[in-house]
Order: sequence, then structure tokens, then C-alpha cells
Amino acid sequence: MNILVLSGSNAGNKTRIATTLLKEKLETQYSTESIEYINLQDVTLPFSDGRNYMDYGGDATEVLTKVMAADVLFIGSPIFQASMPASLKNVFDLLPRNALEGKTVSMLITAGSDKHFLIPEYNYKPVLSYLKANIVPRYVFMLDTNFHDGALQGDDVHLRLDRLIDDTMVLARTYEEIRVKADAQFGF
Amino acid sequence: MENENPHVMPEIDRSKGMEIGLYSLGEHMPNPHTGERIPASLRLKEIVEAAKMAEDAGLDVFQVGESHQEHFVSQAHLILLSSIAQATDRIKISSGSTIISTSDPVRVFEDASTIDLLSGGRMEVVAGRASRVGLYELLGYSLNDYEALFEEKFELLLQINENERVDWQGEFRAPLNNAQVIPRPENEDAGLPIWRAVGGSLSSAQKAGRIGVPMYQAHLGGPAEAFKSRIDLYRETAFENGFNPDELPVATAGFMYIRENMMDAYKEYYPHINEGMKLSNGQGFPKQAFAQGQDVKSVINVGSPEHIVEKMLYQHEMFNHDRYIGQIDFGGVSLDNIKRTIDLLGEKVVPEVKKHTKRTKGE
Repeated sequence: MNILVLSGSNAGNKTRIATTLLKEKLETQYSTESIEYINLQDVTLPFSDGRNYMDYGGDATEVLTKVMAADVLFIGSPIFQASMPASLKNVFDLLPRNALEGKTVSMLITAGSDKHFLIPEYNYKPVLSYLKANIVPRYVFMLDTNFHDGALQGDDVHLRLDRLIDDTMVLARTYEEIRVKADAQFGF
Repeated sequence: MENENPHVMPEIDRSKGMEIGLYSLGEHMPNPHTGERIPASLRLKEIVEAAKMAEDAGLDVFQVGESHQEHFVSQAHLILLSSIAQATDRIKISSGSTIISTSDPVRVFEDASTIDLLSGGRMEVVAGRASRVGLYELLGYSLNDYEALFEEKFELLLQINENERVDWQGEFRAPLNNAQVIPRPENEDAGLPIWRAVGGSLSSAQKAGRIGVPMYQAHLGGPAEAFKSRIDLYRETAFENGFNPDELPVATAGFMYIRENMMDAYKEYYPHINEGMKLSNGQGFPKQAFAQGQDVKSVINVGSPEHIVEKMLYQHEMFNHDRYIGQIDFGGVSLDNIKRTIDLLGEKVVPEVKKHTKRTKGE
């Protein structure tokens, strides 16, 4: 399976720290799978103008091709102004319609206030649904008090990240089994 | 309050039933069943060969579209059509589509008109806007002008087509001052039938209706009903603008593959479509959506001859269109398999569909 961890912020450290830790956990627990990591801080993406993703060239086509090739997508993101950051929304805008069909997608969210806890529910999930993602119902929500000295602190958040990985991979494998069964029924 | 329609219409004899033809976008892709890709030279010759087979099978029209991206050989589609003109005698030939946005309408007219003269008046042009847009950069245009380029150049192409001498001024091309554009087709109008290609956009269908040009509606998948709304809008808009919709031809275009056994058609064609779409658009074709072609209501014309007849008649009932063209070679289909579809189409589908779609005047 192709697993992609996408750190969706172009500013700050917390999302990068959380997604890096998640990637390391994946590498330990799922060493036989292909695991890619993209941090939007490391790439330059244009705003979407509606063209096919293969027609942008440069970082855009490279990033979007990896998203399209992924079977499993972990999206890391901070909350800006009670919604997803523009950098992440732009990635969704750059993708074609139904881009996440057949992909299992989960979220790990960092925020400065627990007032934002339901933002992924109301702001992220509708976009992911529109793109036809199989969304992992639970997400991991981390406050800035979970971070200390450039690392995630506390057993609780580590265990929640482990469970996010388990939930996501179990769902991804289950959806794959369902797809194989459904495809077999078509008889071609 | 009817307007005199200034545009050149294709000659379609509806008393013989709807026209049926083929089109190729000239992809150059590996055959997913074998993993092998034939050389570009062979692919080009096979497209010419397919046009000859289409003529022999009694089909009405053969079209080739323009594409400038990787995995295609149809960049110089008018040159390819010229070769098809030479290799055939009776079948109508057409572009499908010519990307007029990034072309000089003067050159397009000169080339197409030359093919018309060489082919004994068999040439038509379908003008479109391109779904992949690499050619804008390649040919030095800005994607920001996507809409404006098409509208301006399409309008100029029509003007040239309808007037041997043209006075014209626009944004994207040097002005024409009483410019004579020749050679002229040797028909009554001294012009070529020119269609507007319409994809998923309702406003594009509306624009075609507003100026009363013939419309080509492409459809990849989904229910036929979904495309009816665009065709209806086209005809309503034409009527509101004073044109008689009965005199405006409508054509549709989509996937076609025929085998005696329905499931053989699906087994053979699906990998071509799915793998080919990944290369051409970066996204495969969902199996579930393709499988719906087995329902008469879906526009995907893949299946047994009887099934295709039923589907085409259902579509005709819904669209009342004048022409259908099928894409039977997408994604590396071998020439042998192209021939099998053409044979079944010519023997078993065309006679039945034509028999049931004949129309006498006033009907």
C-alpha cells in the first residue's frame, strides 16, 4: 500500500513535529509499505487555476501525483481562523474531482484552542467527502500545550496517534478487501 | 421570427437514418493486455487503416482530434486527416476537435479547405477548447485567456468560412484588412461545415445555440438523460435567438466497443479505458461507472450488437441527434480489435439503427 503523510501547513512547527512523529511510527510499524512524507513548507505550489494536475509541472505536479498515487493519506493540519489553512485548501483545489475516491484519509489536527475541536468535523470532512475519500471517523486533536521542547509530550497523545494509525490501516485494508470483492462481481 | 442562419450546415440526409461514425484522439499508449506500445509511425498508419475499414463498413464519418500532450501522436491532426482523405473515397472526414483557441483560424481554414478540395468535398471541422492545456504554454498562449481565446478565434473561423474576404480586428491576432482567404471549398456556400465541440459546460451549449452553429456533445459516462439537458438547452437557446432548432444538427461522441458476447466487450475494453485515462488524465475510470454501460440508460456504448442497437435507439429517442461517433480505439487497442468492432458495427448495428431513425421531412 502507498501511504502518504501530508503536513498541510506552510508556517510554524507543531504540525511538522506531529506528522514527523507519525511518519516515524508508521515506518516502525509498517516497514514493508511504501511511506512518503510531504511538508508543504518544503514545496512551492501555485494557486489552482482549474487545469489538470499533470499540466502544472514542478512541485505541484510532483506533490499532486503522490497524493493521487496514495492508498492511505494522513493529513496533518493546524486550524487558522476557525478553518483549514489556505495552503491545505489549495492542495484540495489543485486536485481533480473525485481525487480521493478509494483512498482512506485520516487527520491529525493541531490548534491553539480547544474551541476548534469540531472544525475538522464541520470544515474538513465535507471537503474530503466531496473528493470521495473514505474518511476515518476519529481524528487526533492536539493543543499547543501537548508540545514541549520541539516534541509531543504526554502518553495520552502518543496513544491517540497509535490508535489513529491502527484505525486508519485497518480501515484501509478493509476497504481494499471490499473493493476486490465488488470488482469481482462485475465479471470483467 | 426566424433568422436566416448564416452558418454552413453539414449535409445530413435524415431520410437515411442517423449518421454513424468513428473518431480517434490519436493516443499513443501501451496495450494494457500486452504492455507493448507500437511505434508512432505504425500508430499513425493504423489510424489511416481504421478510416479505410470504416469506409468499407459503410460508416458515414471518420474524425481525428488534436492533442499535444505526452502519449498522443495527433499533434498534426489535419495532416493525418489529409492522409485519410487520400486513402478513402466516400466517407466524410472531420477534425474532432481542432483546438481553435491556440491555432490561427486563417491557417486552419486554409488547411481544412485544402483537404476538402483534395477529398471531393468531404471535409468538416469541429472546433474545441482542449481539456488538457499543455499546448497553451507550448504554443505561447496564456491559460488566463482560455475562454476569450476560444470565443474570438471561433468567431473569426466562422467569419472566414462565410466570407472569402474578411475585415477583422481582435485581441489575439493581427487584424485582417479585406484579406482574401483561399482556397474555397467548391460547394454552394464556398465554406465548410463547422461545429462547436461541447464538453461538460452548459454555458458552452448555450453559446452554440445563441449563434446557431451545429453542436457536438462529447460524453464519457453517466446517464444519457444528463446530456439531454445540454442538448435541450442548446435547442431552446437557438429557438430564442430566432433559429429553427430542427435545422440545427446535433452530434454526440463517446466510448464504443462491440463483441458478440457482452462481457467480452467489457473484459477487453475496460483495461484500455482505465489505464489509458490514467495516462491521459491522471485518473482511472471507475469500474462501477464503466459497468453501468450494461444498462441501456448509460451512454457508454459497450456490449453486444443487440445491446448497442438498443442503446443507440434509446439515446436517439432522448437526443433526436443527427450523428453519433464512437471512440473504439482508446488506450492502445490493436488494429485487429479495432477491425472486429468496425465489422460488427457495420454488419449488425448500423443497418438496424438507421432503419429505426429514418425521418421524413416535417416529422
